[in-house]
Amino acid sequence: MRLLTHNMLSSNIKGVTNGFPLGIEVEKVIEKQVDFNPDFLRNMFAKVEWKALVDAARTMGYAELPEEADLSMLESDDFLKRFHHALLELHLEEGALVCPETGRKFPVNKGIPNMLLLEDEV
Amino acid sequence: MSSRPESLAPPEIFYDDAEARKYTSSSRIIQIQAKLSERALELLALPDDGIPRLLLDIGCGSGLSGETLTENGHLWVGVDISQSMLDIALDRQVEGDLLLGDMGQGLAIRPGVVDGAISISAVQWLCNADKSSHEPRLRLKAFFGSLHRCLSRGARAVFQVYPENLAQRELILRSAMHAGFAGGVVVDYPHSTKNRKEYLVLTCGPPSLSTATPKGKGEDGESGSDEEFSDEENQTIRTSDRHRPRKKQKTTKKGKGREWLLKKKEQMRRKGNTVPPDTKYTGRKRKSKF
Ligand SMILES: C[S@@+](CC[C@H](N)C(=O)[O-])C[C@H]1O[C@@H](n2cnc3c(N)ncnc32)[C@H](O)[C@@H]1O
Repeated sequence: MRLLTHNMLSSNIKGVTNGFPLGIEVEKVIEKQVDFNPDFLRNMFAKVEWKALVDAARTMGYAELPEEADLSMLESDDFLKRFHHALLELHLEEGALVCPETGRKFPVNKGIPNMLLLEDEV
Repeated sequence: MSSRPESLAPPEIFYDDAEARKYTSSSRIIQIQAKLSERALELLALPDDGIPRLLLDIGCGSGLSGETLTENGHLWVGVDISQSMLDIALDRQVEGDLLLGDMGQGLAIRPGVVDGAISISAVQWLCNADKSSHEPRLRLKAFFGSLHRCLSRGARAVFQVYPENLAQRELILRSAMHAGFAGGVVVDYPHSTKNRKEYLVLTCGPPSLSTATPKGKGEDGESGSDEEFSDEENQTIRTSDRHRPRKKQKTTKKGKGREWLLKKKEQMRRKGNTVPPDTKYTGRKRKSKF
């Protein structure tokens, strides 16, 4: 699972009002190279919750993102490369995602988060 | 005709390791899934600017449909309820991220972030009640509600579906409209039993030019013969959005009557709703309380 996906996921357990961002418990991180596409990144920037991405990347061992980011930074190739790496190339391979309100864990195996809810969580 | 897989077992049981392997080792299935996915992507009508979008593939299974999205340069996240199907997707090293999830529980995605969604041959599964706790109407509601929220304004969702009958198609469509979608059904090759394919084309946001439901392929007899056009088959079926004024219901002084009620109850049952049994009390006039 990429951090792009992590940045979109939100716990939808019954009764939870703010399920974002999910915490990350890391057992294993892998890196996979992806083609660099500045247009995609510029498009995506507005939708990304920056702080959640910075925190998630740090948890995964990548601390090269600036704490704050704004549109003007999208002109910088150096910034885009870091953004690209954090968003698309870091994968949580084994571990868990954690609901910020309830602490419920969603296990991640072979890179796939198990988001299935129990009957009383629906 | 073989019986429908939807009526044999719940999806996470039906799509076990053996079925998942069968699914992707048949070149016929691979070809069909690719074709359906191409068409769904076309109906998504994404801007033609070469910029990759973030798409959802609902019921992504072994990733056949997702591969079409990758080939067209997009990024995607797939959701499926069957671990066996997702394992095959891993074996095939698909580019998209995968989630093990049940669309009937709603998508765990935050609002407004997705540029479009496709789903190939999966949504009709929601019309089944596989567990006693399953209520198709509620599962469809949870699904369409969460989908509507997570799509960005103006984005589309295109589902190729195999509804079992008219009532099922209506149930699916109505759930989508209730969630706030506009759109309708596009039927490709309506005159061909073999090639006939249905796509639900849904749009988020206020109706506009871009929300007009596109035409189906082969609507004017492309599939060969010049048989008679029956109205139902020949046309792209359109439904307007939820803001259309409802027809006023006709009621007489005496109320709607037992017969009407029995008919309605039967209709609801067919849609999979729980309806109290018919008894001698059904539709009987109540004593006035005051
Ligand atoms: C006909 S297969 C299509 C697979 C995929 N689109 C492809 O091209 O390979 C239908 C898929 O829908 C999935 N499915 C059925 N019900 C589901 C549900 N409630 N939530 C998520 N996926 C579901 C099944 O597990 C199955 O993988």
